[in-house]
Amino acid sequence: MGELAAFIILSCVTLIPAVVVVTSGNIVRSALSLVPTFLGVTGLYILLHAEFVAGIQILIYAGAITVLLLFVIMLTAGGTGTRIRQVNEQVPLGAMAAVWLGFLILLVIFRTPWQSAATAAPQYNIASVGTAFLTDYVLIFEVTSLVLLVSLIGAIIIARREE
Amino acid sequence: MAWLTEILKAVLLTLVLFTYLAVVTAMFGVYLERKISGWIQARLGPKHVGPQGLLQTIADTVKLLQKEHITPRQADVLIFNAAPIMVAVAGLLDWVVIPFGRLGDRVLVVRDINIGVLYFSAMASLTVIGILAGGWASNNKYALLGGLRAASQMVSYEIPLALGILWVAMVAGTLSTVGIVEAQRGLWFIFSVPPFGVLAAVTFLTAATAEVNRVPFDLPEAESELVAGYFAEYTGMRFALFQLGEYAEAFAMAALAAIMFLGGWLEPNLPAWLWLTLGIAGVFVVVLLVVSGAARELILQPILILLALSTALCVIMFFGVQAGRSPVLPSPVWFFTKMFALVFFLIWMRWTYPRLRLDQLLNLSWKVLLPAGLLNLLITGFLITVAR
Repeated sequence: MGELAAFIILSCVTLIPAVVVVTSGNIVRSALSLVPTFLGVTGLYILLHAEFVAGIQILIYAGAITVLLLFVIMLTAGGTGTRIRQVNEQVPLGAMAAVWLGFLILLVIFRTPWQSAATAAPQYNIASVGTAFLTDYVLIFEVTSLVLLVSLIGAIIIARREE
Repeated sequence: MAWLTEILKAVLLTLVLFTYLAVVTAMFGVYLERKISGWIQARLGPKHVGPQGLLQTIADTVKLLQKEHITPRQADVLIFNAAPIMVAVAGLLDWVVIPFGRLGDRVLVVRDINIGVLYFSAMASLTVIGILAGGWASNNKYALLGGLRAASQMVSYEIPLALGILWVAMVAGTLSTVGIVEAQRGLWFIFSVPPFGVLAAVTFLTAATAEVNRVPFDLPEAESELVAGYFAEYTGMRFALFQLGEYAEAFAMAALAAIMFLGGWLEPNLPAWLWLTLGIAGVFVVVLLVVSGAARELILQPILILLALSTALCVIMFFGVQAGRSPVLPSPVWFFTKMFALVFFLIWMRWTYPRLRLDQLLNLSWKVLLPAGLLNLLITGFLITVAR
């Protein structure tokens, strides 16, 4: 019961600012509305007992990605960013895609035979996350690092060319 | 009705924590800042309200509470009003994982969560959104510049900060703040794996000073260039909330440094003769100062007070150890001693060093602290693995 109430509250915290993100005319307000959305998702992670992912979610998304977005908006849009209006001329198309995606997700949810696990969830801690990264998923982990490295070098090269 | 008691407990603890922050970090912190800056600049500092000016910040708070709220005409009202609250709440949330000491079997901490220090750095990174939002919403070029400077500075210093925290997590083998303190029972982390503990502590403290925007890293609010930076347009209590958030975070960084490197609430485990030697040396210097008449010099009086206090501590410790009590003083005393020593260090830095330029600031982060932190992590990890 308490879990359901928490889930409903967190969903509202996530979804209402998410609507603001796509409908607000002011681009800075849109970017700032991402913060409660990210915090709501963090709450959902905590509800699922994934504390480490929750901490990383705040640190990376709320603390860094939003700041990066705001930074880019404020540096490019002639100072404050109030002059760029977010225009969306593809509302019907986007709505169609969203409805289709929602339909697909609902289909998957109702078609899947969900089984409630008989045994307790596996022990979740940071050490086991790290071990999994460096044993079972080491290839994916390394390839991801390589992708990040490539994008880092690319950014440096683009920045250098302008000088 | 378990959830009702949980919510009640959370509300009560929030009230206690907020009162603590307002009284100890904001009011007492501002008083300390003004007194110590006065001493460093050979002034007296606040003196007239209450004994030695102790009630000055209370009078200031009452004044700020009565002031009018002014919202600039072209400001984005909603974001303008929300920004100070975001900064203050982020400062408050930092303190959730800070353990103050031990009372019997209970550790005095709001919540000991298994991702403690990760949570701390996540909450510390939320402050910058409030600062950036406040700077933008004021619709003032100085405020916007201050906000942008804060964003670039805090995003780049978060990485060395996290590297310092990672070093401790690696040596301790846990992320929980209580676990980190317990892991230092034998040896404080600043002395473990010498000299890399000291290097990690220096990296962390430098990054922490930059993260809370204090001099020599106070470019976001450089008075001489930006009037006051991101809070230039704020008045009354909203301005005070920004200040509260800033001091709460500065004190939280000092507290976390004390927990991670100086053993938190644990008592230093020194033999009795060392305490006696330190005490006798302290008494000797105090007597020398008083007899030679130098104690009447304005600039030496604070030194005299600090010396007398630490001498008293050494003497108490000597008799305690002689009497065979194992924790001589209650553990919160040690926590606050260490925290205020680090706060004193931060204030000392602030009033001694000039401000850096923006390029020097970013160079220090990316070209000095980041490689130093990474190498430190690598070498310490190697040494620990070899030793095992």
